Amino acid sequence: MSLNRRRFLRKAGMVTALGLGGTFVITGLRGKVEASEYETPQQGLVAKRWAMVVDMSKFKTKEDYNRVIEACHSVHNVPGLGNPKDEIKWIWNEDYEHAFTSQNNRYMKESVKNHPFIVLCNHCENPPCVRACPTEATFQRPDGIVDMDFHRCIGCRFCMAACPYGARSFNFRDPRPFIKEINPDFPTRTLGVVEKCNFCVERLEKGLMPACVEKSKGGLIFGDLDDPRSEVRKIVSSQYTIRRKPELGTQPSVYYLVGGGDLV
Amino acid sequence: MYKGGRIIASLVFVVALLSLPFFYNMGKGNKGPVINLNTSAILQLADKQCVEPTEWMRANHMKLLLQWREEAVRMGKTEYINSQGKSFKISLQTCLHCHYDPALNTSDQFCVSCHNYTAVKPNCWSCHTWPKEAGK
Ligand code: SF4
Ligand code: SF4
Repeated sequence: MSLNRRRFLRKAGMVTALGLGGTFVITGLRGKVEASEYETPQQGLVAKRWAMVVDMSKFKTKEDYNRVIEACHSVHNVPGLGNPKDEIKWIWNEDYEHAFTSQNNRYMKESVKNHPFIVLCNHCENPPCVRACPTEATFQRPDGIVDMDFHRCIGCRFCMAACPYGARSFNFRDPRPFIKEINPDFPTRTLGVVEKCNFCVERLEKGLMPACVEKSKGGLIFGDLDDPRSEVRKIVSSQYTIRRKPELGTQPSVYYLVGGGDLV
Repeated sequence: MYKGGRIIASLVFVVALLSLPFFYNMGKGNKGPVINLNTSAILQLADKQCVEPTEWMRANHMKLLLQWREEAVRMGKTEYINSQGKSFKISLQTCLHCHYDPALNTSDQFCVSCHNYTAVKPNCWSCHTWPKEAGK
């Protein structure tokens, strides 16, 4: 039996249609998602705008700083690489001159000038890192937290260039061997991914305060800036606080209380 | 046929060569992966069902995990209510709670053995951790 061109094409077309129809039926049946739902956990802490106040009068000894840094870095599997070039940091010490670059006068009180400040991602209201990220790996949640979806980060580091606070670190090396004790409830990162503080979203959803706040003995105060009855709001509206580089218009959510005690 | 003997000999040789993998694998295939469903957590379950019915999970677990990831990381929705109204915490640790067997090597764990068999390489474990790796 010989097929002419026309008959061959017709048959081929029929077979293709059958095949496509068949896969549609099969995937249509199998891919049907059952009636399921996704919900936010009930015990979670919620806010309109999360913010933090750093009460500098509570940070006196080296221990006061290291305790909060260690609390954060251990729950979030932050590696200790041991050299400043590759260093990964979510929360760390910075001297006044570098933390508050534009509020620096030559004859400033020595105790302020030489006193380290605790710094972290400011969870800016207008976050330049979010605008820079091409994959939306860095995004802003409705509660103001600037979070990262590590799955999406392609390591372009645009966000690092965009952040005026140096709040982001890049994994130049595989971090896993440098983590003292891995916490299985939080992922580690891989080579080529950016990371930073996430205001402990994974703890807030369980109804817990951020790890650093919990260990700060009152030095870090966390709450909803939008709520007039919250402690952070009361401090910010009744005492003198400063923020890092406010002139840039990023509207940081981390406030520094500098008149709180006798030290600064 | 011009040089017929050589042509036929070469053809036989080529066919033999191409079918070598087939003979090599004869009798070995189709054993299937060793899937361990006898972890202590599963044995204790009254109703032995995963977060959704087994058949559905077999076909769709990867899609479900991707959606879990989107909902949990991006939307903050970390609770999954399944088709029967039961709720689960969205986390790979929820899967491991039942499917991880501390007595086995990593290569024999539930998800690894099947993915090895089907030559699928998910990259979950470059960031997420097996219970065994934790605390080391
Ligand atoms: S401090 Fe930097 S990383 Fe954090 S939200 Fe602001 S710009 Fe982004
Ligand atoms: S390095 Fe990652 S998070 Fe930063 S801008 Fe690029 S993709 Fe976004």
